Amino acid sequence: MISLEHVTRHYGDRVAVDDLSVEIAAGELAVLVGPSGCGKTTTLRMINRLVEPTSGTIRVGGRDTRELPVTELRRSIGYVIQQGGLLPHLTVAENVATVPRLLRWDRARTRARVEELLELVGLPPAEYASRLPRALSGGERQRVGVARALGADPPVLLMDEPFSALDPITRLRLQGELLRVQSLVRKTIVVVTHDIDEALRLGDRVVLMRTGGRIAQVATPGTLLAHPASDFVAGFLGGDRTLRRLALVPLRSAELRPADGAAAVERVEAAASLRDALEAVLRSPDGRAAVVDGDRVLGVADAEVIRRAAATG
Amino acid sequence: MSGGRRPGTLRLALTPFAVGTGLLVLYLWVHTADVPPEEASVLSAGFLGTRVAQHVELTVTSFLIAAAIALPLGVAAARSGRALRVPLLLAANLGQAVPSIALLALVFTVTGFTFRTTVIALVVYAVLPILRNTLAGLQGVDPDAVEAARGMGMSPVQVLARVEVPLASPVILAGLRTALVLVVGTATLGNFVGGGGLGDVIESGLTASGLEPASRIVVVGAVLVAALALTADWMLGLVERAVVPATWEER
Repeated sequence: MISLEHVTRHYGDRVAVDDLSVEIAAGELAVLVGPSGCGKTTTLRMINRLVEPTSGTIRVGGRDTRELPVTELRRSIGYVIQQGGLLPHLTVAENVATVPRLLRWDRARTRARVEELLELVGLPPAEYASRLPRALSGGERQRVGVARALGADPPVLLMDEPFSALDPITRLRLQGELLRVQSLVRKTIVVVTHDIDEALRLGDRVVLMRTGGRIAQVATPGTLLAHPASDFVAGFLGGDRTLRRLALVPLRSAELRPADGAAAVERVEAAASLRDALEAVLRSPDGRAAVVDGDRVLGVADAEVIRRAAATG
Repeated sequence: MSGGRRPGTLRLALTPFAVGTGLLVLYLWVHTADVPPEEASVLSAGFLGTRVAQHVELTVTSFLIAAAIALPLGVAAARSGRALRVPLLLAANLGQAVPSIALLALVFTVTGFTFRTTVIALVVYAVLPILRNTLAGLQGVDPDAVEAARGMGMSPVQVLARVEVPLASPVILAGLRTALVLVVGTATLGNFVGGGGLGDVIESGLTASGLEPASRIVVVGAVLVAALALTADWMLGLVERAVVPATWEER
Protein backbone atom coordinates (compact mmCIF):
# COMPACT_ATOMS: atom_id res chain seq x y z
CA MET A 1 0.00 0.00 0.00
CA ILE A 2 2.78 2.36 0.95
CA SER A 3 6.27 1.78 -0.28
CA LEU A 4 9.35 3.85 0.36
CA GLU A 5 12.22 3.08 -1.98
CA HIS A 6 15.69 4.41 -1.16
CA VAL A 7 14.23 7.56 0.31
CA THR A 8 16.69 10.18 1.48
CA ARG A 9 16.14 13.63 2.92
CA HIS A 10 18.89 16.15 3.55
CA TYR A 11 18.61 19.45 5.39
CA GLY A 12 21.68 21.24 4.19
CA ASP A 13 24.55 19.04 5.32
CA ARG A 14 22.48 17.15 7.82
CA VAL A 15 21.01 13.83 6.77
CA ALA A 16 17.56 13.41 8.32
CA VAL A 17 16.59 10.23 6.50
CA ASP A 18 19.20 8.06 4.86
CA ASP A 19 18.38 5.64 2.03
CA LEU A 20 15.33 4.24 3.76
CA SER A 21 13.28 1.48 2.16
CA VAL A 22 10.21 -0.10 3.69
CA GLU A 23 6.94 -1.61 2.49
CA ILE A 24 3.72 -1.25 4.43
CA ALA A 25 0.94 -3.63 3.45
CA ALA A 26 -2.70 -2.67 3.01
CA GLY A 27 -4.60 -2.85 6.30
CA GLU A 28 -1.40 -2.92 8.30
CA LEU A 29 -0.68 -0.69 11.27
CA ALA A 30 3.00 0.17 11.14
CA VAL A 31 4.72 2.19 13.84
CA LEU A 32 7.80 4.28 13.22
CA VAL A 33 9.66 4.51 16.49
CA GLY A 34 13.06 5.70 17.58
CA PRO A 35 14.93 8.29 19.62
CA SER A 36 14.30 11.97 18.89
CA GLY A 37 16.10 13.17 15.80
CA CYS A 38 16.05 9.75 14.15
CA GLY A 39 14.03 11.05 11.20
CA LYS A 40 10.77 9.25 11.95
CA THR A 41 8.57 12.35 11.66
CA THR A 42 10.39 13.46 8.52
CA THR A 43 9.75 10.02 7.05
CA LEU A 44 6.03 10.28 7.86
CA ARG A 45 5.76 13.79 6.44
CA MET A 46 7.38 12.69 3.20
CA ILE A 47 4.51 10.28 2.61
CA ASN A 48 2.01 13.14 2.24
CA ARG A 49 4.69 15.44 0.87
CA LEU A 50 4.69 17.95 3.67
CA VAL A 51 8.39 17.27 3.24
CA GLU A 52 9.75 16.47 -0.21
CA PRO A 53 12.32 13.65 -0.40
CA THR A 54 15.75 14.71 -1.59
CA SER A 55 15.90 11.46 -3.51
CA GLY A 56 14.07 8.17 -3.74
CA THR A 57 10.50 7.23 -4.55
CA ILE A 58 7.40 6.94 -2.42
CA ARG A 59 4.34 5.11 -3.69
CA VAL A 60 0.90 5.08 -2.16
CA GLY A 61 -1.51 2.54 -3.60
CA GLY A 62 1.04 1.81 -6.30
CA ARG A 63 1.20 5.37 -7.56
CA ASP A 64 4.23 7.61 -7.25
CA THR A 65 3.17 10.43 -4.91
CA ARG A 66 4.72 12.94 -7.29
CA GLU A 67 2.21 12.04 -9.99
CA LEU A 68 -0.70 13.70 -8.20
CA PRO A 69 -1.17 17.38 -7.39
CA VAL A 70 -0.05 17.70 -3.80
CA THR A 71 -3.45 18.90 -2.49
CA GLU A 72 -5.20 15.95 -4.12
CA LEU A 73 -2.68 13.53 -2.62
CA ARG A 74 -3.17 14.95 0.86
CA ARG A 75 -6.96 14.84 0.62
CA SER A 76 -6.66 11.11 0.00
CA ILE A 77 -4.49 10.55 3.08
CA GLY A 78 -5.78 11.07 6.62
CA TYR A 79 -3.43 13.09 8.80
CA VAL A 80 -3.47 13.32 12.59
CA ILE A 81 -1.02 15.43 14.55
CA GLN A 82 -0.22 15.87 18.20
CA GLN A 83 -3.08 17.43 20.17
CA GLY A 84 -5.32 16.92 17.16
CA GLY A 85 -4.34 20.14 15.37
CA LEU A 86 -7.98 21.16 15.31
CA LEU A 87 -8.93 24.47 13.76
CA PRO A 88 -9.83 26.47 16.86
CA HIS A 89 -12.40 28.72 15.16
CA LEU A 90 -14.45 25.83 13.78
CA THR A 91 -16.83 23.53 15.62
CA VAL A 92 -16.18 19.82 16.05
CA ALA A 93 -18.56 19.07 13.16
CA GLU A 94 -16.93 21.67 10.90
CA ASN A 95 -13.50 20.30 11.72
CA VAL A 96 -14.53 16.75 10.87
CA ALA A 97 -16.15 18.03 7.67
CA THR A 98 -12.95 19.73 6.47
CA VAL A 99 -11.85 17.24 3.83
CA PRO A 100 -15.39 16.36 2.59
CA ARG A 101 -15.89 20.11 2.08
CA LEU A 102 -12.61 20.42 0.20
CA LEU A 103 -13.86 17.59 -1.99
CA ARG A 104 -17.20 19.41 -2.44
CA TRP A 105 -19.42 16.71 -1.02
CA ASP A 106 -23.03 17.83 -0.74
CA ARG A 107 -24.36 18.91 2.66
CA ALA A 108 -26.47 15.86 3.42
CA ARG A 109 -23.65 13.44 2.66
CA THR A 110 -21.15 15.47 4.67
CA ARG A 111 -23.49 15.73 7.62
CA ALA A 112 -24.22 12.01 7.63
CA ARG A 113 -20.50 11.25 7.42
CA VAL A 114 -19.67 13.59 10.30
CA GLU A 115 -22.26 11.96 12.53
CA GLU A 116 -21.09 8.49 11.61
CA LEU A 117 -17.49 9.39 12.42
CA LEU A 118 -18.26 11.08 15.72
CA GLU A 119 -20.18 7.96 16.73
CA LEU A 120 -17.23 5.84 15.64
CA VAL A 121 -14.79 7.67 17.93
CA GLY A 122 -17.24 7.65 20.83
CA LEU A 123 -18.37 11.29 20.80
CA PRO A 124 -22.19 11.49 20.56
CA PRO A 125 -22.89 14.06 17.80
CA ALA A 126 -25.83 15.58 19.68
CA GLU A 127 -23.49 16.52 22.49
CA TYR A 128 -20.29 17.31 20.62
CA ALA A 129 -21.03 18.43 17.06
CA SER A 130 -21.45 22.13 17.80
CA ARG A 131 -18.72 22.46 20.43
CA LEU A 132 -15.56 24.42 19.82
CA PRO A 133 -12.19 22.69 20.32
CA ARG A 134 -11.39 24.72 23.41
CA ALA A 135 -14.41 23.24 25.16
CA LEU A 136 -12.94 19.74 24.77
CA SER A 137 -10.50 17.75 26.87
CA GLY A 138 -7.19 16.65 25.34
CA GLY A 139 -8.49 13.13 24.78
CA GLU A 140 -11.66 14.41 23.13
CA ARG A 141 -9.65 16.66 20.83
CA GLN A 142 -7.52 13.73 19.79
CA ARG A 143 -10.64 11.69 19.02
CA VAL A 144 -11.97 14.52 16.88
CA GLY A 145 -8.57 14.61 15.17
CA VAL A 146 -8.92 10.91 14.30
CA ALA A 147 -12.52 11.39 13.14
CA ARG A 148 -11.42 14.30 10.96
CA ALA A 149 -8.60 12.28 9.43
CA LEU A 150 -11.12 9.60 8.48
CA GLY A 151 -13.39 12.30 6.98
CA ALA A 152 -13.39 11.31 3.33
CA ASP A 153 -12.71 7.64 4.11
CA PRO A 154 -9.08 7.67 2.94
CA PRO A 155 -7.35 4.29 2.62
CA VAL A 156 -4.28 5.59 4.42
CA LEU A 157 -3.91 7.29 7.79
CA LEU A 158 -0.77 9.05 9.01
CA MET A 159 -0.49 9.82 12.71
CA ASP A 160 2.32 11.96 14.08
CA GLU A 161 2.79 11.41 17.83
CA PRO A 162 -0.99 11.23 18.21
CA PHE A 163 -1.10 10.43 21.90
CA SER A 164 2.09 11.87 23.34
CA ALA A 165 0.46 15.01 24.79
CA LEU A 166 -2.07 12.98 26.79
CA ASP A 167 -1.91 11.75 30.36
CA PRO A 168 -0.96 8.06 30.71
CA ILE A 169 -4.48 6.83 31.46
CA THR A 170 -6.09 8.69 28.56
CA ARG A 171 -3.23 7.60 26.31
CA LEU A 172 -3.76 3.96 27.15
CA ARG A 173 -7.50 4.27 26.57
CA LEU A 174 -7.07 6.02 23.23
CA GLN A 175 -4.53 3.45 22.09
CA GLY A 176 -7.19 0.84 22.76
CA GLU A 177 -9.73 2.99 20.94
CA LEU A 178 -7.45 3.24 17.92
CA LEU A 179 -7.09 -0.54 17.78
CA ARG A 180 -10.88 -0.88 18.07
CA VAL A 181 -11.47 1.66 15.29
CA GLN A 182 -8.81 -0.02 13.18
CA SER A 183 -10.51 -3.41 13.58
CA LEU A 184 -13.65 -1.76 12.14
CA VAL A 185 -12.19 0.34 9.32
CA ARG A 186 -9.02 -1.61 8.38
CA LYS A 187 -6.96 1.30 7.10
CA THR A 188 -3.29 1.30 6.31
CA ILE A 189 -1.97 3.28 9.24
CA VAL A 190 1.46 4.70 9.93
CA VAL A 191 2.00 5.97 13.47
CA VAL A 192 5.05 7.89 14.63
CA THR A 193 5.98 7.71 18.29
CA HIS A 194 9.04 7.92 20.52
CA ASP A 195 7.38 5.60 23.03
CA ILE A 196 8.47 2.00 22.52
CA ASP A 197 5.60 0.69 24.67
CA GLU A 198 3.13 2.46 22.43
CA ALA A 199 4.85 1.02 19.37
CA LEU A 200 4.74 -2.53 20.74
CA ARG A 201 1.13 -2.14 21.80
CA LEU A 202 -0.20 -0.65 18.57
CA GLY A 203 1.98 -1.99 15.81
CA ASP A 204 1.33 -4.95 13.59
CA ARG A 205 4.89 -4.18 12.65
CA VAL A 206 7.43 -1.86 14.18
CA VAL A 207 9.94 0.11 12.16
CA LEU A 208 12.67 0.94 14.65
CA MET A 209 14.84 3.81 13.48
CA ARG A 210 18.15 5.09 14.80
CA THR A 211 19.84 8.45 14.73
CA GLY A 212 21.02 9.33 11.25
CA GLY A 213 17.73 8.37 9.63
CA ARG A 214 18.45 4.67 9.21
CA ILE A 215 16.35 1.62 9.94
CA ALA A 216 17.63 -0.47 12.83
CA GLN A 217 15.05 -3.24 12.49
CA VAL A 218 11.65 -3.89 10.96
CA ALA A 219 9.73 -6.67 12.68
CA THR A 220 6.57 -7.64 14.47
CA PRO A 221 6.58 -6.68 18.17
CA GLY A 222 7.06 -10.34 19.15
CA THR A 223 10.06 -10.85 16.88
CA LEU A 224 11.55 -7.54 17.89
CA LEU A 225 11.48 -8.53 21.56
CA ALA A 226 12.60 -12.11 20.96
CA HIS A 227 15.31 -11.43 18.42
CA PRO A 228 16.61 -7.87 18.52
CA ALA A 229 18.89 -7.42 15.53
CA SER A 230 21.52 -5.37 17.33
CA ASP A 231 22.67 -4.01 20.65
CA PHE A 232 21.02 -0.72 19.72
CA VAL A 233 17.65 -2.42 19.30
CA ALA A 234 18.06 -4.40 22.52
CA GLY A 235 19.03 -1.22 24.34
CA PHE A 236 16.07 0.71 22.98
CA LEU A 237 13.70 -2.07 24.01
CA GLY A 238 15.06 -1.97 27.55
CA GLY A 239 16.31 -4.62 29.96
CA ASP A 240 12.88 -6.09 30.62
CA ARG A 241 12.11 -7.07 27.06
CA THR A 242 11.71 -10.75 27.94
CA LEU A 243 9.09 -9.84 30.48
CA ARG A 244 7.38 -7.51 28.03
CA ARG A 245 7.28 -10.10 25.36
CA LEU A 246 5.21 -12.33 27.63
CA ALA A 247 2.33 -9.91 27.17
CA LEU A 248 2.42 -10.56 23.44
CA VAL A 249 2.45 -14.37 23.54
CA PRO A 250 -0.89 -16.11 24.04
CA LEU A 251 -1.13 -18.70 26.78
CA ARG A 252 -2.77 -21.02 24.25
CA SER A 253 0.62 -21.60 22.65
CA ALA A 254 2.02 -23.08 25.88
CA GLU A 255 2.34 -26.77 26.49
CA LEU A 256 0.54 -27.24 29.80
CA ARG A 257 1.04 -29.87 32.46
CA PRO A 258 -1.92 -32.18 32.88
CA ALA A 259 -4.34 -31.28 35.60
CA ASP A 260 -3.68 -33.88 38.37
CA GLY A 261 -6.85 -33.37 40.30
CA ALA A 262 -5.30 -31.33 43.05
CA ALA A 263 -7.22 -28.06 42.80
CA ALA A 264 -4.93 -25.18 42.02
CA VAL A 265 -5.65 -22.05 44.02
CA GLU A 266 -5.10 -19.60 41.15
CA ARG A 267 -6.95 -19.73 37.85
CA VAL A 268 -6.18 -18.03 34.57
CA GLU A 269 -8.20 -17.92 31.33
CA ALA A 270 -6.67 -19.70 28.36
CA ALA A 271 -7.34 -16.58 26.27
CA ALA A 272 -4.93 -14.57 28.44
CA SER A 273 -1.27 -13.88 27.70
CA LEU A 274 1.79 -15.55 29.19
CA ARG A 275 2.20 -12.44 31.30
CA ASP A 276 -1.20 -12.93 32.93
CA ALA A 277 -0.32 -16.56 33.48
CA LEU A 278 2.98 -15.62 35.11
CA GLU A 279 1.13 -13.21 37.35
CA ALA A 280 -1.19 -16.03 38.46
CA VAL A 281 1.72 -18.43 38.96
CA LEU A 282 3.63 -15.94 41.10
CA ARG A 283 0.56 -15.23 43.18
CA SER A 284 -0.16 -18.89 43.76
CA PRO A 285 1.34 -20.35 47.00
CA ASP A 286 2.45 -23.55 45.23
CA GLY A 287 3.62 -21.82 42.03
CA ARG A 288 0.92 -23.45 39.93
CA ALA A 289 -2.12 -21.95 38.20
CA ALA A 290 -5.04 -23.77 36.61
CA VAL A 291 -5.63 -22.78 33.01
CA VAL A 292 -9.34 -22.70 32.35
CA ASP A 293 -11.69 -22.16 29.45
CA GLY A 294 -14.85 -21.10 31.19
CA ASP A 295 -15.50 -23.94 33.69
CA ARG A 296 -13.34 -26.49 31.96
CA VAL A 297 -9.81 -26.99 33.31
CA LEU A 298 -7.38 -27.42 30.41
CA GLY A 299 -4.24 -27.99 32.43
CA VAL A 300 -1.80 -26.40 34.80
CA ALA A 301 0.83 -23.75 34.18
CA ASP A 302 3.93 -23.17 36.26
CA ALA A 303 7.13 -21.19 35.84
CA GLU A 304 8.75 -23.90 33.73
CA VAL A 305 5.74 -24.07 31.38
CA ILE A 306 5.88 -20.32 30.88
CA ARG A 307 9.65 -20.29 30.37
CA ARG A 308 9.40 -22.94 27.68
CA ALA A 309 6.48 -21.20 25.95
CA ALA A 310 8.38 -17.92 25.99
CA ALA A 311 11.45 -19.53 24.47
CA THR A 312 9.53 -21.06 21.58
CA GLY A 313 6.56 -18.72 21.14
CA MET B 1 0.52 43.34 18.88
CA SER B 2 -2.40 45.43 20.06
CA GLY B 3 -6.01 44.51 20.62
CA GLY B 4 -7.10 41.03 19.77
CA ARG B 5 -10.25 40.86 21.85
CA ARG B 6 -13.76 40.97 20.55
CA PRO B 7 -15.42 44.24 21.57
CA GLY B 8 -17.83 43.87 24.45
CA THR B 9 -21.56 44.12 23.93
CA LEU B 10 -21.85 46.84 26.56
CA ARG B 11 -19.36 49.11 24.84
CA LEU B 12 -20.99 48.61 21.46
CA ALA B 13 -24.41 49.42 22.89
CA LEU B 14 -23.27 52.49 24.84
CA THR B 15 -21.25 54.24 22.13
CA PRO B 16 -24.19 55.50 19.99
CA PHE B 17 -25.92 56.61 23.16
CA ALA B 18 -22.88 58.55 24.37
CA VAL B 19 -22.25 60.14 20.97
CA GLY B 20 -25.94 61.12 20.65
CA THR B 21 -25.99 62.63 24.10
CA GLY B 22 -22.80 64.58 23.45
CA LEU B 23 -24.13 66.01 20.20
CA LEU B 24 -27.45 66.92 21.81
CA VAL B 25 -25.71 68.74 24.65
CA LEU B 26 -23.54 70.57 22.10
CA TYR B 27 -26.59 71.57 20.09
CA LEU B 28 -28.47 72.90 23.11
CA TRP B 29 -25.39 74.74 24.34
CA VAL B 30 -24.93 76.55 21.01
CA HIS B 31 -28.62 77.29 20.57
CA THR B 32 -29.29 78.71 23.99
CA ALA B 33 -26.31 81.05 23.67
CA ASP B 34 -26.34 84.51 22.14
CA VAL B 35 -24.31 83.90 18.98
CA PRO B 36 -22.95 86.91 17.04
CA PRO B 37 -23.79 86.85 13.28
CA GLU B 38 -20.21 86.34 11.98
CA GLU B 39 -19.91 83.31 14.24
CA ALA B 40 -23.39 82.07 13.33
CA SER B 41 -22.38 81.68 9.69
CA VAL B 42 -19.68 79.19 10.72
CA LEU B 43 -22.05 77.38 13.05
CA SER B 44 -24.80 77.14 10.45
CA ALA B 45 -26.07 73.71 9.45
CA GLY B 46 -24.95 74.31 5.88
CA PHE B 47 -21.33 75.17 6.68
CA LEU B 48 -20.94 72.44 9.30
CA GLY B 49 -22.72 69.83 7.16
CA THR B 50 -20.37 70.41 4.22
CA ARG B 51 -17.32 70.15 6.49
CA VAL B 52 -18.55 66.94 8.11
CA ALA B 53 -19.22 65.45 4.67
CA GLN B 54 -15.75 66.48 3.48
CA HIS B 55 -14.20 65.03 6.61
CA VAL B 56 -16.01 61.72 6.12
CA GLU B 57 -15.02 61.64 2.47
CA LEU B 58 -11.36 62.28 3.31
CA THR B 59 -11.43 59.65 6.03
CA VAL B 60 -13.20 56.93 4.09
CA THR B 61 -11.15 57.44 0.93
CA SER B 62 -7.84 57.43 2.78
CA PHE B 63 -8.80 54.52 4.97
CA LEU B 64 -9.93 52.33 2.08
CA ILE B 65 -6.81 53.07 0.05
CA ALA B 66 -4.58 52.42 3.07
CA ALA B 67 -6.34 49.12 3.76
CA ALA B 68 -6.10 48.11 0.09
CA ILE B 69 -2.35 48.70 0.24
CA ALA B 70 -1.52 47.49 3.73
CA LEU B 71 -3.56 44.26 3.94
CA PRO B 72 -1.91 42.54 0.93
CA LEU B 73 1.45 43.93 2.00
CA GLY B 74 0.90 42.46 5.45
CA VAL B 75 0.14 39.06 3.96
CA ALA B 76 3.19 39.33 1.71
CA ALA B 77 5.34 40.33 4.68
CA ALA B 78 4.09 37.37 6.71
CA ARG B 79 4.81 35.01 3.81
CA SER B 80 8.22 36.39 2.98
CA GLY B 81 11.48 36.10 4.77
CA ARG B 82 13.16 38.87 6.67
CA ALA B 83 14.56 40.19 3.41
CA LEU B 84 11.21 41.78 2.55
CA ARG B 85 9.72 42.08 6.00
CA VAL B 86 12.36 44.29 7.56
CA PRO B 87 12.51 47.01 4.87
CA LEU B 88 8.71 46.98 4.60
CA LEU B 89 8.20 47.61 8.29
CA LEU B 90 11.00 50.15 8.25
CA ALA B 91 9.30 52.11 5.48
CA ALA B 92 5.95 51.94 7.21
CA ASN B 93 7.48 53.04 10.49
CA LEU B 94 9.18 55.94 8.75
CA GLY B 95 5.82 57.03 7.33
CA GLN B 96 4.44 57.28 10.79
CA ALA B 97 7.49 58.70 12.48
CA VAL B 98 7.34 61.88 10.40
CA PRO B 99 5.09 64.44 12.15
CA SER B 100 1.75 64.68 10.38
CA ILE B 101 2.11 68.40 9.61
CA ALA B 102 5.55 67.86 8.12
CA LEU B 103 4.25 64.97 6.06
CA LEU B 104 1.40 67.10 4.74
CA ALA B 105 3.81 69.88 3.84
CA LEU B 106 6.06 67.38 2.10
CA VAL B 107 3.24 65.92 0.00
CA PHE B 108 2.01 69.46 -0.63
CA THR B 109 5.24 70.35 -2.43
CA VAL B 110 4.44 67.59 -4.95
CA THR B 111 0.67 67.64 -5.42
CA GLY B 112 -0.22 71.16 -4.28
CA PHE B 113 -3.34 72.57 -2.72
CA THR B 114 -5.75 69.64 -3.28
CA PHE B 115 -7.93 66.98 -1.75
CA ARG B 116 -5.41 64.50 -3.10
CA THR B 117 -2.60 65.92 -0.99
CA THR B 118 -4.50 65.23 2.19
CA VAL B 119 -5.49 61.75 1.08
CA ILE B 120 -1.92 60.80 0.19
CA ALA B 121 -0.61 62.00 3.54
CA LEU B 122 -3.37 60.21 5.43
CA VAL B 123 -2.75 56.97 3.54
CA VAL B 124 0.96 57.06 4.35
CA TYR B 125 -0.04 57.57 7.95
CA ALA B 126 -2.63 54.79 8.13
CA VAL B 127 -0.61 52.07 6.41
CA LEU B 128 1.62 51.24 9.37
CA PRO B 129 -0.96 50.14 11.96
CA ILE B 130 -2.77 47.99 9.41
CA LEU B 131 0.42 46.47 8.03
CA ARG B 132 1.92 45.84 11.43
CA ASN B 133 -1.20 44.21 12.86
CA THR B 134 -1.81 42.10 9.77
CA LEU B 135 1.74 40.80 10.02
CA ALA B 136 1.53 40.26 13.78
CA GLY B 137 -1.88 38.60 13.48
CA LEU B 138 -0.73 36.17 10.81
CA GLN B 139 2.50 35.40 12.65
CA GLY B 140 0.50 34.68 15.78
CA VAL B 141 -1.62 31.96 14.17
CA ASP B 142 -1.10 28.57 15.80
CA PRO B 143 1.38 26.75 13.50
CA ASP B 144 -0.31 23.43 14.32
CA ALA B 145 -3.56 24.68 12.80
CA VAL B 146 -1.73 25.70 9.62
CA GLU B 147 0.17 22.41 9.54
CA ALA B 148 -3.05 20.44 9.94
CA ALA B 149 -4.78 22.49 7.23
CA ARG B 150 -1.92 21.86 4.80
CA GLY B 151 -1.79 18.20 5.72
CA MET B 152 -5.49 17.82 4.95
CA GLY B 153 -4.95 19.13 1.46
CA MET B 154 -5.83 22.82 1.57
CA SER B 155 -4.13 24.90 -1.09
CA PRO B 156 -2.05 27.90 0.09
CA VAL B 157 -4.94 30.24 -0.75
CA GLN B 158 -7.40 28.05 1.17
CA VAL B 159 -5.08 27.93 4.16
CA LEU B 160 -4.88 31.72 4.11
CA ALA B 161 -8.59 32.35 3.62
CA ARG B 162 -10.02 29.60 5.80
CA VAL B 163 -7.49 29.34 8.58
CA GLU B 164 -4.93 32.12 8.84
CA VAL B 165 -7.09 35.18 8.17
CA PRO B 166 -9.98 34.04 10.41
CA LEU B 167 -7.59 33.27 13.23
CA ALA B 168 -5.68 36.52 12.76
CA SER B 169 -8.83 38.60 12.28
CA PRO B 170 -9.07 40.03 15.81
CA VAL B 171 -5.58 41.47 15.54
CA ILE B 172 -6.03 42.61 11.92
CA LEU B 173 -9.29 44.36 12.80
CA ALA B 174 -7.68 46.02 15.80
CA GLY B 175 -5.13 47.47 13.35
CA LEU B 176 -7.90 48.68 11.05
CA ARG B 177 -9.64 50.39 13.96
CA THR B 178 -6.46 52.08 15.10
CA ALA B 179 -5.84 53.31 11.56
CA LEU B 180 -9.39 54.58 11.11
CA VAL B 181 -9.43 56.55 14.35
CA LEU B 182 -5.99 57.92 13.51
CA VAL B 183 -7.22 59.05 10.10
CA VAL B 184 -10.35 60.73 11.49
CA GLY B 185 -8.22 62.76 13.87
CA THR B 186 -5.40 63.56 11.46
CA ALA B 187 -7.80 64.56 8.67
CA THR B 188 -8.39 67.68 10.76
CA LEU B 189 -5.06 68.94 9.44
CA GLY B 190 -6.34 68.59 5.88
CA ASN B 191 -7.58 72.18 5.82
CA PHE B 192 -3.98 73.47 5.76
CA VAL B 193 -3.51 72.02 2.28
CA GLY B 194 -6.98 72.49 0.85
CA GLY B 195 -8.53 69.25 1.98
CA GLY B 196 -11.37 70.95 3.84
CA GLY B 197 -13.08 68.95 6.53
CA LEU B 198 -13.64 69.81 10.16
CA GLY B 199 -10.18 71.38 10.32
CA ASP B 200 -11.82 74.35 8.55
CA VAL B 201 -14.24 74.77 11.45
CA ILE B 202 -11.55 74.58 14.10
CA GLU B 203 -9.32 76.98 12.17
CA SER B 204 -12.16 79.50 11.78
CA GLY B 205 -12.52 79.47 15.53
CA LEU B 206 -8.80 79.80 16.21
CA THR B 207 -8.27 82.66 13.75
CA ALA B 208 -11.38 84.59 14.80
CA SER B 209 -9.22 87.17 16.59
CA GLY B 210 -9.01 85.30 19.86
CA LEU B 211 -12.35 86.61 21.16
CA GLU B 212 -13.99 84.59 23.90
CA PRO B 213 -17.10 83.53 21.86
CA ALA B 214 -14.89 82.11 19.10
CA SER B 215 -13.79 79.30 21.41
CA ARG B 216 -17.32 78.05 20.93
CA ILE B 217 -16.49 77.31 17.29
CA VAL B 218 -13.36 75.43 18.31
CA VAL B 219 -15.32 73.35 20.78
CA VAL B 220 -17.97 72.55 18.16
CA GLY B 221 -15.30 71.49 15.66
CA ALA B 222 -13.43 69.40 18.21
CA VAL B 223 -16.56 67.69 19.50
CA LEU B 224 -17.65 66.84 15.97
CA VAL B 225 -14.25 65.26 15.22
CA ALA B 226 -14.47 63.26 18.42
CA ALA B 227 -18.01 62.16 17.57
CA LEU B 228 -16.86 61.07 14.11
CA ALA B 229 -13.94 59.12 15.58
CA LEU B 230 -16.15 57.36 18.10
CA THR B 231 -18.73 56.54 15.45
CA ALA B 232 -16.09 55.19 13.08
CA ASP B 233 -14.62 53.05 15.83
CA TRP B 234 -18.09 51.85 16.76
CA MET B 235 -18.88 50.86 13.18
CA LEU B 236 -15.71 48.82 12.86
CA GLY B 237 -16.55 47.30 16.22
CA LEU B 238 -19.79 46.04 14.71
CA VAL B 239 -17.91 44.64 11.73
CA GLU B 240 -15.48 42.97 14.09
CA ARG B 241 -18.29 41.30 15.99
CA ALA B 242 -19.80 40.00 12.80
CA VAL B 243 -16.53 38.79 11.30
CA VAL B 244 -14.31 37.56 14.10
CA PRO B 245 -15.03 33.91 14.84
CA ALA B 246 -15.65 32.83 18.37
CA THR B 247 -12.88 30.59 19.56
CA TRP B 248 -13.53 30.78 23.24
CA GLU B 249 -17.25 31.28 23.80
CA GLU B 250 -19.66 28.45 23.14
CA ARG B 251 -21.64 29.04 20.00
